[in-house]
Amino acid sequence: MLRRRPGLVLVALLVATGLVLGLTQGWREIGQVTINGIVAGNYFALGAVGLTLIFGVLRLVNFAHGEFLTFGAYALLVGNALGLPLVLSVVCGVVATAVMGVGLEVVLWRPVRRRRVGELQLLLLALGLAFFMRNAIAFAAGPEDRATGANVTAGLHLGELRVGRTELIVTIVGLVTIALVALTLRYSSLGRQTRALADSIQLAETTGIDTDRIVLITWAASAGLAGLAGILYALPAGVANPGIGFSLILSIFAAVVVGGIGNAYGALAGGILIGLVQEWATLVIDPAMKVAVGFAVLIVVLLIRPAGLFGRGRSVDR
Amino acid sequence: MSANDVLAVSFSFLTNVDFWINVGVLATTYGVFALGIQLNVGTTGIFNFGQAGFMAAGSYAMGIMVVRWDVPFWVALLGGIAVAAVAGILVGLPSLRLRADYFAISTLAFSEIVRYVADNWDGLTGGNLGLFGYTDSWNAISVRIDGWLEHLGIAPHFLLPLLVVNLALFLVLAAFVALLVRSPWGRVLNAIREDEDAARALGKNTFLYKLQSLSLSAALAALAGYMLAINISILSPANFDPVLTAYGYVIVILGGLGSYFGVVLGSFFLIFLLESTRYLELPLSDARVAALRFMIVGLVLMALVVFRPQGIFGKREELILRSRG
Repeated sequence: MLRRRPGLVLVALLVATGLVLGLTQGWREIGQVTINGIVAGNYFALGAVGLTLIFGVLRLVNFAHGEFLTFGAYALLVGNALGLPLVLSVVCGVVATAVMGVGLEVVLWRPVRRRRVGELQLLLLALGLAFFMRNAIAFAAGPEDRATGANVTAGLHLGELRVGRTELIVTIVGLVTIALVALTLRYSSLGRQTRALADSIQLAETTGIDTDRIVLITWAASAGLAGLAGILYALPAGVANPGIGFSLILSIFAAVVVGGIGNAYGALAGGILIGLVQEWATLVIDPAMKVAVGFAVLIVVLLIRPAGLFGRGRSVDR
Repeated sequence: MSANDVLAVSFSFLTNVDFWINVGVLATTYGVFALGIQLNVGTTGIFNFGQAGFMAAGSYAMGIMVVRWDVPFWVALLGGIAVAAVAGILVGLPSLRLRADYFAISTLAFSEIVRYVADNWDGLTGGNLGLFGYTDSWNAISVRIDGWLEHLGIAPHFLLPLLVVNLALFLVLAAFVALLVRSPWGRVLNAIREDEDAARALGKNTFLYKLQSLSLSAALAALAGYMLAINISILSPANFDPVLTAYGYVIVILGGLGSYFGVVLGSFFLIFLLESTRYLELPLSDARVAALRFMIVGLVLMALVVFRPQGIFGKREELILRSRG
């Protein structure tokens, strides 16, 4: 059953867990953490889909992806500082991060691929880039928290449940974007070409797909979505600091692995799943430890289904 | 102030004993830390990105045993090593069967989780206020070493006893691991790096060997953790940032993959350079200077990996052979 219909089993498991938590911890509590989980899940999902796409197309584990989220949030701050309205600042943040992603492909990743570097070199490059970017942002903007300028006090009440107005807006934006990404991948020619590349870059090349172009577009999408994820995290939080991306990358990796590395739909679902599980966990454990729950999920998935819950690819050995 | 004045200020530290003792203490600490990475990456070919986490697990375990549970210092030292070694096995069991990139992710995630737990389990670890009070036994030892040094005509100096112990431990461990990888056991590790399928075809349980390599590396990280813990006499989550693991990789690649003598040279070289930058007179806040130093470490790692993957002493083929064809 788990092998043939993983999605169904998963949904059943989630519903069952939700019911048990609701019965034991109270319905109002489970409702509130479910809302929080969906809020968190949408920026995990947007972060995860970009990370997984780049892995699928280039076989690159981009450890610097978390810093892309941070970059987006700080690009928003720059927009704010220039006096742009918040909506335009968001756009500015997403576009700036996408341009940065494409720029890194041109000046770093493409030349490095041409040199035919090994797997360890790629991993270390990404790790070095992560530390470089995080500290470059800290160097330029200072290590302290910076206000993002969104209204974080206004909220809506649905019965006994509360959701912040900014939270609600970013969640809608996030979920709409997730749907658009999924539809683009599924139905557009661009999406099909990207998925073809993720399956096999050689095969895609022989069918006449302009791989260089698709790689650039994938970087733009991956980084742009990461920038958006960082912004969607920072706006309801009210502040950004140079460490936010790094603090989120663990949950994003968990979402990617749960969805099966390289599987874009899996990453979207995995992001929502990790968000829900982490927030639900706060009902039974110390909320400060919720990130550890994401790690636990990652380990369990690696143990029982290393190709991810929805994955078909090989994850065991090279 | 003219340019000459700045230079005069910048280089006077080179004649300062404290500077060299500090470089020695830190270089030996990071050196032992990097020995484990060398064993994993250079010799066995498994990409351990969680060394900072094993270091934290071992040193926190030691500190907690001494401070919270009144375990004798020597027993706690053994206990911390055991905790780190077991952590290596527990992390390796689910993740070592996986592809190299999954393994790198899992180990990095582990190291963040250890830091997270240390930061949040205040009752046990002291949280971000830190854990302290485990250095009493060391202080007694330190006084005794000062006495021995005085017999040899060397005046007592701050941190000098720690430097003596660290240096001896580092050189012995480097020699030990270098000999170990030349043993039949080590040759299997080398075979795994070169061609795991071939090693398996020869009847070797490669998974078990990789697990042992990771566990031994974690134990080395615990020892490095003690050196750090005693040096700064307070354990705090901020001391175990994953950037430490990047330091370790810079040392390993500087010295050349697979070279243990290279680890000795690489660690002194890197720490000397990094500590020297502290004496640059920059018109910046401390936090920005710290960020600048980490930026440079990240950049050096990237530049080394691209332009000189063979390091100073290593053979270029060590890395190139592993490229996907």
